[in-house]
Amino acid sequence: MKRSVPLLITAVGGFALIVAYFIPYTEALGETVAVWFDILAAIAFILGGGNLLKQHLKKISDRGPGWGYSGVVIGSFLITLFIGLSKVGVPPLAEFPDFAWSGDFIGIGTPFWFIYQYAFVPLTATMFAMLAFYIASAAFRAFRAKNLEAILLLGTAFIILLGRTFAGVALTNWIDPTGPFAGLRIENLTVYIMSVFNTVGNRAIMIGIALGIVAVSLKVLLGVDRSYLGKE
Amino acid sequence: MADFVLNQWWLLAAMILSLVPLVLQFTRDGVMPTLETLDRRWIFLIMFWAVLVPIYYIGVTGETFPETPSALAEATFEEIERLEEGDRLLLAFDFDPASEGELGPMATAFVKHAAEKRLRLYFMALWPIGPQMIADAINEIILVDYPDMVYGEDYVNLGFKSGNEGVIKVIVTNLRELYTTDARGTAIGDIPMMEGIENIQQMDLVVNISAGYPGTKEWVQYAVTPYPDRIRLVGGATGVQAPLLYPYIPEQLPGLLGAIKGAAEYESLVNAAYGGDDTDPKYLEALRRMGPQLVAHLLIIGLIIAANVIFFLNRRRVARS
Repeated sequence: MKRSVPLLITAVGGFALIVAYFIPYTEALGETVAVWFDILAAIAFILGGGNLLKQHLKKISDRGPGWGYSGVVIGSFLITLFIGLSKVGVPPLAEFPDFAWSGDFIGIGTPFWFIYQYAFVPLTATMFAMLAFYIASAAFRAFRAKNLEAILLLGTAFIILLGRTFAGVALTNWIDPTGPFAGLRIENLTVYIMSVFNTVGNRAIMIGIALGIVAVSLKVLLGVDRSYLGKE
Repeated sequence: MADFVLNQWWLLAAMILSLVPLVLQFTRDGVMPTLETLDRRWIFLIMFWAVLVPIYYIGVTGETFPETPSALAEATFEEIERLEEGDRLLLAFDFDPASEGELGPMATAFVKHAAEKRLRLYFMALWPIGPQMIADAINEIILVDYPDMVYGEDYVNLGFKSGNEGVIKVIVTNLRELYTTDARGTAIGDIPMMEGIENIQQMDLVVNISAGYPGTKEWVQYAVTPYPDRIRLVGGATGVQAPLLYPYIPEQLPGLLGAIKGAAEYESLVNAAYGGDDTDPKYLEALRRMGPQLVAHLLIIGLIIAANVIFFLNRRRVARS
């Protein structure tokens, strides 16, 4: 029962979506199943929150390495959750002044907005910005023209790196943009590489992945592959 | 440039002073040995200056590099340009502050372009943090520069819905199944511009700005592919995502802005058409960010060349010995 019911739901849901895609008459059926999926996705947020608490509370309880950071995670999570859910400091909407909770929880000046603007934004932006430093360091240490493939990759990288800036335009500005050699201008070479070589390679990979997904999906829907249910 | 050097000498002095120990090491140990054992913290410091100085220079002087729009940027611009006043534009903001550096300026340009065209804007998000991105666009652009636009009549924020591509799959046929209220909690039936809207096939254009999953790829697969004659989509993506979207161009994705370069090209088109003589700096953000990108890219190319020179010299030395 514990495994049969999920298998049945998976099979019914999956085949309903396939049928709904190919037979317009059954569109409403597919819609219903898709709504089930959206409801499950919303519930997954609660499970995710529970899992986060469980993992980090365990780490604190075990005094595992870096358990202090887990305390920061739980503290931040609970504070943000409380402020967001209870709309702390959110003024009511002008249209509904008698309803204290009618205001927008992310409105400017609210505590939730403050957390977002002055904690979340700088932290995530910093994480992303640090990539530039690591990319520069990695490029210096790892990018070597060791063989023909690496040379091709290096040449392509140079063209794209230059073509995505004004340097590309400036370096090959002497080539007549309407002449027969216009394609050799770096900005045009960049477009050519992206729209021909990149597209061809990506399409091939995507078709391969799609065929793989079809095969795996069929195995899941037919109950052959049950690994997603976990261990017995 | 000369004025900048004269007036902001302290910045250049700080940069030179911070690099003095490295220069001394070069002169003491020689170029090759220093490069071979170069501490990565020096690379971090050089990258820091490579990004900071152009940002500061552009901030002080207001100068930006000229941009020649690519065919894709022009196609994206034309997709919005062909719409008439009052047409419906769905703006799906699927990004977060981490990718705001790349995608924020194009989101700003899209909203400005649409507001100038007097389109009706429907905002939504499939990323949990997307609503904040929408709120930023509304607060900084619509409320400031287009105060005559009325919420519920000219623009509406449908907010975030969980379910990733599952949401797209439902709203292409039945928007009201999932969206019973807007982000403020107002019933959909009470919002004037939602009258008669049953699904997103009724939108004249969908614009998706995404930094990953779910994003433009999912919009292509679950919205455009099943309804190619009814849903038109243009996108904006990060530099990492954009190459993965090229296979959908132009049939399923007629326009695509790739990273800050694409944003700068589109921004220059929008400013040329609607900017006026004194363009607000917030509508020049992508063009301004091309400066640090130029210097950072040149630095990376220089580092790769330097590393390969060391590599080949060492290989030759080993071969001889």
